[in-house]
Amino acid sequence: MDISNYLYLSIILFTIGAVGVVIRRNAIVVFMCVELMLNAANLAFVTFSRINGNLDGQVASFFTMVVAACEVVVGLAIIVTIYRSRRSASVDDASLLKR
Amino acid sequence: MLNLALEAGRTHTPEAVLFWFLAPLAVAAALGMLLVKKAVHSALLLAWVMISLAIIYIAQDALFLGIVQIVVYTGAVMMLFLFILMLVGVDSSDSLKETIKGQRPAIIFVSIGLIGLFLSLLGRATIGVPAIGLTKANADGNVQGLASELFTKYVWAFEVVSALLITAALGAMVLAHSQKTKSKFQQRDLSIARFRGKSLATAAGLPSSGVFARHNAVDVPALLPDGSPSKLSISQTLDARGDMIESKIFELEAREVEED
Amino acid sequence: MTTSTHLVYLIALPLVSAALLLILGRLADKWGHLLATLVSASTFAFAASEFFAMRSRSGAARATTQKLFDWISVGTFKVDAALLLDQLSICFVLLITGVGTLIHIYSIAYMSHDRDRRRFFAYLNLFIAAMLLLVLGNSYLNLYVGWEGVGLASYLLIGFWNQKPAYATAAKKAFVANRVGDVGLSLAIMIAFAQFGTVSFAGVAAGAPHASSAALAAMGAMLLLAAAGKSAQFPLQSWLGDAMAGPTPVSALIHAATMVTAGVYLITRSNFIFDASSTARLLVVIVGTITLLFGAIIGTAKDDIKKALAASTMSQIGYMILATGLGPIGYAFAIMHLLTHGFFKAGMFLGAGSVMHGMNDEVNMRRFGGLNRFLPITAITFGFGYLAIIGVPPFAGFYSKDKIIETAFNAGGTKGYILGICALLGAGLTAFYMTRLIVMTFWGTPRWSRDEQHPHESPALMWVPMAILAVGSVASGFLFTSGNSMVHWLAPVVNPSGAEGGAELMKPIVVSLLALGVVVIGVAYAIFKYRTVPVEAPEKVTVFTRIARRDLMQDAFNEAVLMRPGQKLTTGLVWADYSFVDGLVRAVGFTLGTSSQAVRKIQNGYARTYALVMLVGVLALVATIWMVTL
Repeated sequence: MDISNYLYLSIILFTIGAVGVVIRRNAIVVFMCVELMLNAANLAFVTFSRINGNLDGQVASFFTMVVAACEVVVGLAIIVTIYRSRRSASVDDASLLKR
Repeated sequence: MLNLALEAGRTHTPEAVLFWFLAPLAVAAALGMLLVKKAVHSALLLAWVMISLAIIYIAQDALFLGIVQIVVYTGAVMMLFLFILMLVGVDSSDSLKETIKGQRPAIIFVSIGLIGLFLSLLGRATIGVPAIGLTKANADGNVQGLASELFTKYVWAFEVVSALLITAALGAMVLAHSQKTKSKFQQRDLSIARFRGKSLATAAGLPSSGVFARHNAVDVPALLPDGSPSKLSISQTLDARGDMIESKIFELEAREVEED
Repeated sequence: MTTSTHLVYLIALPLVSAALLLILGRLADKWGHLLATLVSASTFAFAASEFFAMRSRSGAARATTQKLFDWISVGTFKVDAALLLDQLSICFVLLITGVGTLIHIYSIAYMSHDRDRRRFFAYLNLFIAAMLLLVLGNSYLNLYVGWEGVGLASYLLIGFWNQKPAYATAAKKAFVANRVGDVGLSLAIMIAFAQFGTVSFAGVAAGAPHASSAALAAMGAMLLLAAAGKSAQFPLQSWLGDAMAGPTPVSALIHAATMVTAGVYLITRSNFIFDASSTARLLVVIVGTITLLFGAIIGTAKDDIKKALAASTMSQIGYMILATGLGPIGYAFAIMHLLTHGFFKAGMFLGAGSVMHGMNDEVNMRRFGGLNRFLPITAITFGFGYLAIIGVPPFAGFYSKDKIIETAFNAGGTKGYILGICALLGAGLTAFYMTRLIVMTFWGTPRWSRDEQHPHESPALMWVPMAILAVGSVASGFLFTSGNSMVHWLAPVVNPSGAEGGAELMKPIVVSLLALGVVVIGVAYAIFKYRTVPVEAPEKVTVFTRIARRDLMQDAFNEAVLMRPGQKLTTGLVWADYSFVDGLVRAVGFTLGTSSQAVRKIQNGYARTYALVMLVGVLALVATIWMVTL
């Protein structure tokens, strides 16, 4: 099996995540799709690490995980705050920038 | 450890089997995330994708990351997701009907473009390039290798990330913190509210529930003098949920006793 | 050159008084006129003391300067706010403050029934201050400040009764006509700056002999245009008649002491320019001659006593301008005539005001007649002014006007003959229309209703100034000419090289006799023609009379040549602005608006759409990388 297959898997997962961010309305699901994208990127990092024969890719992947954890914590807190005031977790309901 | 990378650019059959088993399932689960209506199901599918990825990491000589993926992502992060889902309403299901005009065609176009371009780019970058493999890098073990990288080459980034984590934790606390703008409703206020209400019928308090002689459950309404059950005597939630029990079955059958 | 530290008070006193009266408002109603008159009188006293101090000095020490502050200092270009009081300025200062004070005193009585008397006096003081600044500035730029101040004050005073739209329009007309002249002055200042690098009189005078003739001619022409605006000379004369809308003391002030004399002052002050450019001198002479005849002809046809006097002013200023154009020797005569004219014209205007005061503000001379019995003092003082203006010896006008006619004849060649004859003709016309005025007003049978009109002599506050001015009309001419005192006095300023006039064409006595003869003819014809005066102006008159009654078509000319085409041009420009310039702007706006309408649909407030746009950006980025690495 060609090692590039991992990369192709990564691309497909990334794109699916991107599509999810755009089409899903539930803010939590949107967040999960972002996580999916980050994971796909991590897979690519790990694969490149293997192709290049050093661990830099894995370190990058490690940092991505940390940042993703931060992002989730803050993002979910924001969702909770919005939910508290608007009783809804739909990203379409929070469209006040329009007017 | 599944150290399977032996030949440059090629993998052993077991890894191929593993990949061809996991990859379609992961893609299917990811697609499922987009298509299921309930957020909880999406979360479970995502957990599946993450576990698949963890296995693939381990298969790719990234033992530490694989474990972290399971512990941190599948364990902590996904739990957090589920926790918040419970908080904001686990039952809420999303309609998949698109409401914004032009969103669907645009994202189809963009996703096809992205996949096409990425495939073309990666193909150009990797085809014919031999994979070196991590055997040498992982000679002292994957965790040791990563550690020496992290605490030498990337130590500054590592410290900065720690600051980021603390900031995020503080930020989450600040965001989630809510302040009470009104004082709590005290007994005194309740009393005043009762007398200021529309009628004085309930001024002395609502009737208490239960048919005390036979049954003292909170889901049995009290009986009014005319024999009808009083809905006021039980919690409105129980009534709305349909969990109110008829008080009839607890009535004494006085007539039978007389006949005896 | 003497330096002084107190010249500035000449200007500051009336200026502060004007500001005080205007700021205090109604609080100063009770004593405002007294303060203003006192200030004016003390300014005159100060000026007189300066005059005697100047007489006691000799030669170059007579001129006094005071530097107030550095006004403009840009690179090598420096303008000081500085004052210059020399032999020429002191004549004007004395005339302005002296006649001005008499007019102030007269106005106390004349304006006593006006509830805005205080404001009137504030404007009078402002007028005096501005005019003093004009004649005291030591550079064209300082003069310009006073020049504009005079324009403002005249606007305020002519339109003093601006509740009447016609009067407000007259004020506006004067203001606009003056603006045309002001453009001339500012252009002249710019030429001076470009040519000499300085705008001070001394600097320009030093540079004038070395400048190119074209620049000198251009600067002279621009100065003449400025003078024409302020002094109501052809072709900017049309505002003067309408300026009679102001209260009569204002007319006296404008016509005798301030405003119209500014043009003569400007040309006399710029003698170094005109001495160096014969082209500019010729232009001056032409303008002066045309105006002196123009004014005289209008004067013969006016029934309004004030407008007849206004036309006469135009004509007399024409004489002065003519004199200034006749070379170094002419300036002194111009100033002399200006001073004598200041006396007799102020006296006559105040007399006209007195007549109006007694006749319920009636100004139509056809409704006067036989007033000498009712207003004897006015008739006598007016009569002195009359004898002075037509040039009967030994009254003031005889000396000054004769000198001008004489100098005109001596200009030499055909030019001399033409100018001399025109000046003589003007003298005859002057005699005719002034006699007509006197006959229609004071002689003959009353043509007014005894039931409605009760002519009466004015109070002493009004006739005393008139009497003083009458004395001036009698004596000033003799004073100025005896021993050529005026010519010698002014020579250091206007004729430093000591140039003599041209060869004598005729003996002075012949010129005087000729002039007297013409005057006698004019007087006799007027007396003969106005034995009886119809109450209504005759309808069946020659076309010339009609034209003269309409001010020689000056307004029609302005309207047809300047206003209508200007209006057309403006309308066209407005249209062009609207359709092309605005159209372009609107098109840009419309395009932007429409495209924005389309673009704002993208900005729909949905985070998902923004995410999509971001993704499109990622796509573009990746596509770029793809193409670059190809």
